[in-house]
This record gives sequence, C-alpha cells and structure tokens, in this order.
Amino acid sequence: MDLSAINPVLLIASLMVAATPILLAAIGELVVEKAGVLNLGVEGMMIVGAISGFAITVESGSPWLGFLASAIGGALLSLLFVLLTQVALANQVASGLALTLFGLGFSSLMGQSYVGIKPPQMGKLDIPFLTDLPFIGPILFGHDPILYLGIALTAAVWALLKYTRVGLVLRAVGENHDAAHALGYKVVRIRIMAIMFGGACAGLGGAYISLIRVPQWTEGMTAGVGWIALALVVFASWKPWRALLGAYLFGGVTVVQLNLQAAGVAIPVEYLAMSPYLITIIVLVFLSRDKSGAPASLGRIFHATH
Amino acid sequence: MIVLEKRPQPSQTWSMATPVVAVLATMFFGGVLFAALGKNPIEAIMTIFWEPLFGEFSFYYRPQLLIKGAPLVLIAIGLSLGFRAGIWNIGAEGQYIMGAIVGAGVGLAFYPLEAWYIFPLMVIGGAFGGWIWAMIPAILKVRFGTNEILVSLMLVYVAEQMLASVSLGLLKNPEGYGFPGSRNLQSWDSAHNAELFAGSGMHWGVVTALIAVIFAYVLLNRHMLGFHIRLTGEAPRAAKFAGVNPARLILFCLGAAGVLAGLAGLFEVAGPAGQITIDFNVGYGFTAIIVAFLGRLHPVGIVLAGGVMALTYIGGDIAQSNLGLPSAAIQVFQGMLLFFLLALDLLTNYRIRLASKEVA
Amino acid sequence: MTTPLLSLQGLTKAYPGVVANDTVSFDIGQGEVHALLGENGAGKSTLVKMIYGLVKPDSGKMVLNGQAFAPTEPRAARADGIAMVFQHFSLFDALNVAENIALGMENPPKMGDLAARIREVSETYGLPLDPFRTVGDLSAGERQRVEIIRCLLQDPKLLIMDEPTSVLTPQEVDILFETLQKLRSEGTSILYISHKLEEIRTLCDHATILRLGKNVGECTPAETSARDMAEMMVGTTLQTPERSGRDFGEVSLDISGLSVPSPSEFGTALRNLHLTVRRGEVLGVGGVAGNGQDELLGVLSGEITTAPDAVKMKGQPIGKLGPTARRKLGLLSAPEERLGHAAAPDMSLTENALLTGSVREGLESNGFLKWGETQSFAERIIKEFDVRTPGPDNAARSLSGGNLQKFVIGREVLQNPDVLVVNQPTWGVDAAAAASIRQAILDLAAKGTAVVCISQDLDELMEISDSFAALNEGRLSAPRETTGLTVDEIGLMMGGAHGMEVAHV
Repeated sequence: MDLSAINPVLLIASLMVAATPILLAAIGELVVEKAGVLNLGVEGMMIVGAISGFAITVESGSPWLGFLASAIGGALLSLLFVLLTQVALANQVASGLALTLFGLGFSSLMGQSYVGIKPPQMGKLDIPFLTDLPFIGPILFGHDPILYLGIALTAAVWALLKYTRVGLVLRAVGENHDAAHALGYKVVRIRIMAIMFGGACAGLGGAYISLIRVPQWTEGMTAGVGWIALALVVFASWKPWRALLGAYLFGGVTVVQLNLQAAGVAIPVEYLAMSPYLITIIVLVFLSRDKSGAPASLGRIFHATH
Repeated sequence: MIVLEKRPQPSQTWSMATPVVAVLATMFFGGVLFAALGKNPIEAIMTIFWEPLFGEFSFYYRPQLLIKGAPLVLIAIGLSLGFRAGIWNIGAEGQYIMGAIVGAGVGLAFYPLEAWYIFPLMVIGGAFGGWIWAMIPAILKVRFGTNEILVSLMLVYVAEQMLASVSLGLLKNPEGYGFPGSRNLQSWDSAHNAELFAGSGMHWGVVTALIAVIFAYVLLNRHMLGFHIRLTGEAPRAAKFAGVNPARLILFCLGAAGVLAGLAGLFEVAGPAGQITIDFNVGYGFTAIIVAFLGRLHPVGIVLAGGVMALTYIGGDIAQSNLGLPSAAIQVFQGMLLFFLLALDLLTNYRIRLASKEVA
Repeated sequence: MTTPLLSLQGLTKAYPGVVANDTVSFDIGQGEVHALLGENGAGKSTLVKMIYGLVKPDSGKMVLNGQAFAPTEPRAARADGIAMVFQHFSLFDALNVAENIALGMENPPKMGDLAARIREVSETYGLPLDPFRTVGDLSAGERQRVEIIRCLLQDPKLLIMDEPTSVLTPQEVDILFETLQKLRSEGTSILYISHKLEEIRTLCDHATILRLGKNVGECTPAETSARDMAEMMVGTTLQTPERSGRDFGEVSLDISGLSVPSPSEFGTALRNLHLTVRRGEVLGVGGVAGNGQDELLGVLSGEITTAPDAVKMKGQPIGKLGPTARRKLGLLSAPEERLGHAAAPDMSLTENALLTGSVREGLESNGFLKWGETQSFAERIIKEFDVRTPGPDNAARSLSGGNLQKFVIGREVLQNPDVLVVNQPTWGVDAAAAASIRQAILDLAAKGTAVVCISQDLDELMEISDSFAALNEGRLSAPRETTGLTVDEIGLMMGGAHGMEVAHV
C-alpha cells in the first residue's frame, strides 16, 4: 500500500472529470422534474448518448461532432418517453424503466463494431500562463471544453429558473399543471421541450464517459451513473448549484475509491467499488425528509379535460 | 384532429387485447429491425417464436421453456404485488443475486455431507437472502421516506460486487485450480435442484412458481390484503381512509418480492446454473419487470407473459447460433415489447376519437 | 339601450352524452354587473370557458364591442380585455404572490415594478396583499385577492367571477362587493356566476338563468323574489327537509384539547379543539375552506391519530385507533373529496362498498372476502339512495357527482353509525340530490345518531344543524345553538374579515 502515490492536484482534477457526466445528466433531469415530469430513463439516454457520441467521433474524427451527436441521440431517445407519457399518457415510472431497458439493449446493438477502439481525443484547454500556474492551473484551467460546458449549463439553468419568464412558466407547469393550463400555457408542449433538453444533457453526459473519462466503448459502461444522477436531483432539492456540489461529492467518492484501489489498500476491491452506490443510499436517507423543493405535480399525468 | 376521451370505465376487452397486440407489433417492428441488420425478418421471427416450440429440436427446447420461464414468473409475481400498490421495487436482480449467494452459502457450509435437510435449508437461506435485501429499501422507505426505486436499484450494483467478492473469496472452490466461482452444486446430490422428471425441465423452481401464481391469485381476488394492495395503487388516499396501514403494506410487498426473487436465485444456482460465478446473473430481475407489465400485473397473465419472454430468450439463442443475430438485438426486442405495451395501454382507459364539428 | 359590451348569440357546446350549452344567447351591457345563475351542472362553467378561450363553441358566435370575438386561447381573450377569477385550480402554492400574478399577465413588468404596482392596486381597492408571500400560506380570502389583483392589473373591460363568495366569510363578502361596485362605477362590466340568490339580489343589475344548458329566462334581480329565481333555476318546487324537535341523549363524541399538525405541507394545524356531540344532535361546523376541515375529518375518521384521550367516543378513548377500529365502534365518516378519497375512481361500486363496509357489514371472514354479500350491500345502497347507475359493476368514476355522493353517504348511513362525520355532504350536487342527502342525515339523527356536519354552505348548516361552531385557522369557536344565530354572529365566529379592518359591526 502506497498512499503517497496519490497526487492531490491530480486527484482534484480527476474528481472534476468524474463528476461531469453525473452533473450533465442531473442538470438535465432537474429541468425535466421542475416541469413536473419524472423520467427514470436517464441511464438509458446516457448509454445511448455514449455510443452515439463514440460512433460519430470515430467515424468523423471529430469529438465535437461526436458530442453533438450524443445530445441528438439522447434527445431522440427521450422522444420515445414523450410518446409514452405525453401522448399515450402512460405511467411515468414504467415508461422510464422501459426507456432504460430499451436504451441498454439498443446501445449494445449499435456498439458491436466499436468495442476495443480508441477514439480521437478532444483537446484540453490550454491558456498560456494560466494553465501553467502551479496547483490551480491544472485544476481550474487544464480541462476539456465539455467540463466547462457542464458548469456553464448549471449556471444557465439556475439563472433561467430564477430570473426568466421561461423559467417561471416551467416552474408553474411543474407546480400545478391544471392551473397553468387554465391560464393558457401549453403544458404538454413545455414538458416535451423539457424532456428533450433532459435527453440531450443525459446524452452529453454519456458521451463524456465514453469519449473523455474512459475513453473507450464497453457495453453497459454507464454502470448506474444515470441512476446516481437521479438521486442527485433529490439530494440537490431541485437546486442547480446544489446539484453541482453533489456531483463533485460523488465524483470525489469515485475518484478516491479508484485511487485507493490503485494504491492497493487492504480493503478488497469489490467493497471499494460498491462504495459510490452505498454512499448514494446513505445520502438519500439523510435527505429524504426534506421534500420542500419537489414540484407538486411531479410524476402526475396531465390530461386536459374541458 | 385526434382527441382522447376518457372512458367512463376501463375497457375489459382492451385490457385483455393490448398484450397480444403489443406482441404482434413487436414482431413486426422487430422484423424491421432484423431486416435492417441484414437478416431475413420472417426467418428470424420464425426462429424465435416457432423453432423452440415446434421445430426439429423442440424436444430439447420445450423443457428449456420451463427452466427460463420459472425464474421470470417467480420474480414477476413478487414485483406485480408491489407495482399494483405503487411500490416500485426495481432491484429484483439484486435480491435474486443475494438469494443465490445466501442459499448456496448455507448449502456449502455442509459440504461434503449428504443429508436430506440440506436442500430445504438452502431454500430457506435463498428466501432469507432475497428478503433481507428487499427489506433494506422497505425499511428505509417506511422509516425515512427514502425513494425505494433508487435504493433498490443501487443495491443491485452492491449485490453484483458482493457476488464478485464471494466468487473470488468466501465461496471460491478450493479445488477449482484458482478459477473464480464456487463448487458445482449439480454434482452434489444433497444440494442439487435436479429435474423432478428427467428431461422435463420441471424442477423445484417451476413448482414454487406455480404455487406463487395460485397464492397471488387468491390473495388479489379473494383476500382483504390483496384488496388493500389494489386499493393503495388505485387511490392511496382512499386506502388510508379504508384503514390500510401503508407501512405494513410496503413491508409486505417488498418482502414478498424479495422472498420470491431470492428463491428464484437459489433454484437457479442449485439447478440450471450449478455454481456461483462472477457473471451468474443474466438480468432475469430486469426482464421480470417486462414480464410483470406484459402480464398486466395479473397472476395468470404473468404465466403467459413469462412463457413469451422465455421463448424470446431461447429463440434468441437459436437465432444467434443459426443466423448470427446479435444477442443485443433480442434485448432491444424485449425492450420494444414493453414500449408497445405501455403505449397501447392507452386504449384501455381512453377512447380515440376524431374530433368533428357535429353535435352528439 | 347602448351597444352591449359582449353579446353571446346561440352558443352551443356538446360533450359526448351531454349538451353543456344549447343555443345560449344574452348580452352583457357596459358597466353592468350581470349574474349568471344556475345549479351545478347547468352549464355555467362551460359558458365562461368559451368566453375565456379555454373551450371552443361548436356553433354560435360572440360579439365584443361590435367586433366578432372568437378567442382561440386565454391569451387572446386577455388581450381583448377579458379577465377571469377562477373558483379553483389557478394558483401555484409554491410560488409567491408576485410570481403568480406575473403568470397571468401578457407582458409583466420587472418583479420590483410589479410588486410596487400590486401594492398600489391593492390599496386603491382595499385588498391588502404582500407581493412576496408564498401563496400556499395564504388564507382562502387572500388567495382570491391574488386572483382579483391579477385581473385588475390588466385593466379588464369584462371581469368574470366564478362563485367568488364560496370561500369568503360574510364580512369578506361585503368588502368584495364594495370593490366590485367601485369597478362598476369605473365602467368595468362584471359577469358574476353564482347560485346564491340573496347576494345576486344585492349586487347584480341583471341576471340570466341557465338550466340544463339552456337560457331559461332573464330578470332584474332587485325586482324578483329569491323564491321565483330559485324555481326558474331548479325547474320544480323544492322540498325543504323535515326536522322535528328532538331531545338529545348522552354525549357520544367528545374532543378535548386536541392539537395536531397537518399532514400536508400547506395544510392547517388544528389547535386546542373542543367539541361534544350528543345522541341525536347535528353539530354543524362552518368555516371558509382551508381552515382545518380536512384535518378535522381526518382526526375523526382515524386517518390522523392523536393522543388516546383527545378523542373519546361514549367515554372510551379512541384517539390512537385507526379507521377500521373506529368503524367497529360505530364511528363512520364521509370525506369531502369523492373521487380518490371517499371512493376509488377505477374500482367498481361493489369494491367501493367493501372499502368502508367490510367490518360492520361482515363482508370478510378471516381476511377472506365475501363478494356475494358485498354485491348485495352495494345493490342495497343503490336502491335505497336512488343512485342512478346501470349496476354495481360500474366504476365509481362513471357516476355523476350527485349520484356518487349519494352512494358515498348512503354507504355510511346504511351501516347504522352511532356517530357520523360528513364533510361537504352536498358540494357540487344538484338540488334534488342535496335535499335527499340532507333528509337522510336528519333521519339518521332522529334515530339517535350523533352527527358532525362540516360544510362551507351556511344555508345548509342553518337548515340541518342543532348547534353551530366555526373553524378558523385550525381553531374551533365554542358551539352555539343554531336557532337565533344572526349572519353577523356567524361571520364573527368564522373569523370576521381575515387581515382586514372590519369597518362595521
């Protein structure tokens, strides 16, 4: 066992990388839930995003196109959820599960010829001087652009929900869809937009795993990150900045346990590997009491009768 | 323009017809998918649905139907009780794994003793393993209001790590030349869940599944507890008004699901699978969710749905070896089925009408 | 007569199985308070939804200020100067007052400016309101102010008010009427929907009466007697329930010093509640919605458990007992919300009969259900309470509101309760059904049952109850004998005008 091999700067930098997929997916789901929809298909949309992004990056050679494709892939899959829950008025829990089961199968079908390939890499931010700063340079200024996109998205969603009319209408729809309908807002249309945004974010998060974090394609590689993102939305009480905090916390747990595995700590690997899931459960238990931020219409089916 | 109009009450006809229509729709779109993969769609669909039942080697495949169907039905029956009450246990896969680990562990503790009581003790151990794993989300939900969906699912990943751990450590076969995995239970009579009639596919898991189906049927249709389960799912406030204790219901539904999933795991590890290995679980716990919905959460429906899903597994294997159809295609196929089912369910509660100007 | 502000010409709207509006025509004049009068289900809501752009008429047209008017959505109606105060479903509990108001406006100003305007308008019209309070924490009267101010900020030409006084105390009604009269003097027209005749007679210039979707007559309310209007509205002469003088027996139900928090986030906690009901007595509990009615029912039905001594039945402490145990003792209840609380919408009437009837009717043995007996029980309810349905196999949701209410009340009455608690027994029910439900309650009391009737309909309570108490912010006023109570006294028991200066009294 050699704990001195763990470099704190690298640890923090890789923590941010590990947190980004969770953050992207969670921010998307947060918007969806604020609109009153519970989409449990995050895992499915992430894994489809992971393979779409991976395949397009390999075929085109451009990670940028890959990330774009992953967002489109996630959004397209979320359209199936739209069809089930907004058009066919199906139960949202069951529909989300269907999305995940389908997404897992569909991604491994799409990904058969991509196993074992290394994708082209996305450049890292390199600002002369800033990136070279000791300690904070590599932590703050040495990442890939998508990581910053995740943080920017958090800020944008926060501002949108708090300060804009679009955000107000979105919250109103999630709070009381009958009242929003009575005032003349298009409940279904707003929800469809939110669900597709959530799909695109989950797709980006998935691609971040397959293109940057790992980077490789293996079946089922999201390994529950989508579910952790769902838990994170609860943890964050539907507040964007708390989602960021939570993502970094989970990222930290993941990175620390990986580092401990590498350092050969006396704890068996399997117990380290299950720690992020156990910690998710513990955090959920502590935060379940506070449901004050939960949109009142969350998960309820809307059918306009007049 | 198309308008949805809520029926005054759910349509019995559509409730029965939707699973059939969903299977047909899945066959059609599955065919399109297989064609896109460069396979002859008709041949592929025939291979999946016809070959195992009536093909040349059906004498071999038909018993397989029971072997694959039994765990699916067993787990799905347990899940359906919770789903009916709006309790979403989606971690049956984890409960299945824990049932197998505890059940096999109990048995292996007696190795190499031969005694009649070993297998019954293993069965109890399997039920206990699944039950305890399901009690975690149940108690957390009752005590702290924690979301059971997320907790039960997280516990699947934990169970998978446990499985890896015991395969490499605690339950590893000391005479296994260092390979991961436990001793083979099939070659130890006292622990083997053998076929009751050679070549029939009928093992104790199948018997247990049938008992579970009858039990669930009586419970839901003839017993107050079953009525309360249905009432809670339909109208939670009305259930509370009727005097249902939600905490007890959560403990019962999750507990029953855990016991049945644990039993399924035990019968699998002591029978068809034979040993604990790292990749012992093959996703029955998740497929059973599809089975439960396809069977409309009704015990008899679940038996039929379990049969259909078992067929896609067996037929999928045949199609994989005969036509080179990727196994992931079957997974997509199964996912599609759930999609069509949920979408078509609309017709049970709503009537689709073309909006017209005329006055009724 | 000058050109009317809004003229409705032959408006028709049909839904499957029912014609909600059948060639309805009438005019609303400039600066006129026009009453739209009708029973529940007469088609008033559908009509105003057409004016507000929520529902498109099948045929007929509307003319606004001489121009054809066919709003496709509420936004269009608002742009043309139509504003509406809803009876239900239009506020967002978790948002604050200013946000709620902004949502009802086309081009809301910045939050700071909006808050200033809200303060300004609320002072002008005597409707005090803090723009930054969370709506979920407001009283029913204050919530209505939010809606009214939301409308006033748009300078409406026509203000539609759907049953505005059903959530107000008598004192608050007076204040509302002053506001409306001020608006009328400024030239705003008001379409005032109600089934309360006296207030229409005080306030309105003109009235249109709807029955079964048709315009059955118009009148000038000040010159027409309430009795005549009622007969136009109902179509037949009404029977008032019979009530014979009774002697009360010993105390059946006794609540003392009860305090419980509400189980729901924006609910009302009950505080230091005392009440007793004797055999044969009907206690009416009045009060504006949201002042603890649901919680009081929950405490009595056993859905909310308390300290054992806080609730006693015939001297026995029952506060800790759940609903089933209380039914066994003879304490039965019928909640306000029919669909989803008193009955499960998608379940059959037989199954719904089992829902509360299993214990007293012996519909189970050792947990196993007796479906045969259950069905006969359901059939008995249907027969004795004249529930219109093809049979007990039909789902609860397929029944009309009045019929389902008769089923729900009948289910409890037929079980011969010693104590019966009902919440809003005739809410949203047509007059004939309401009368028969009230009669059933009185008959039960005559046989010696102690009845607690929670209701927001003061007329109903005056009609059937022997003593009266009012809930106000979770507190119950001391019960008083009904005979001889004046409206002012009742108003004060209900808490007067919440958060406002009461000028008179």
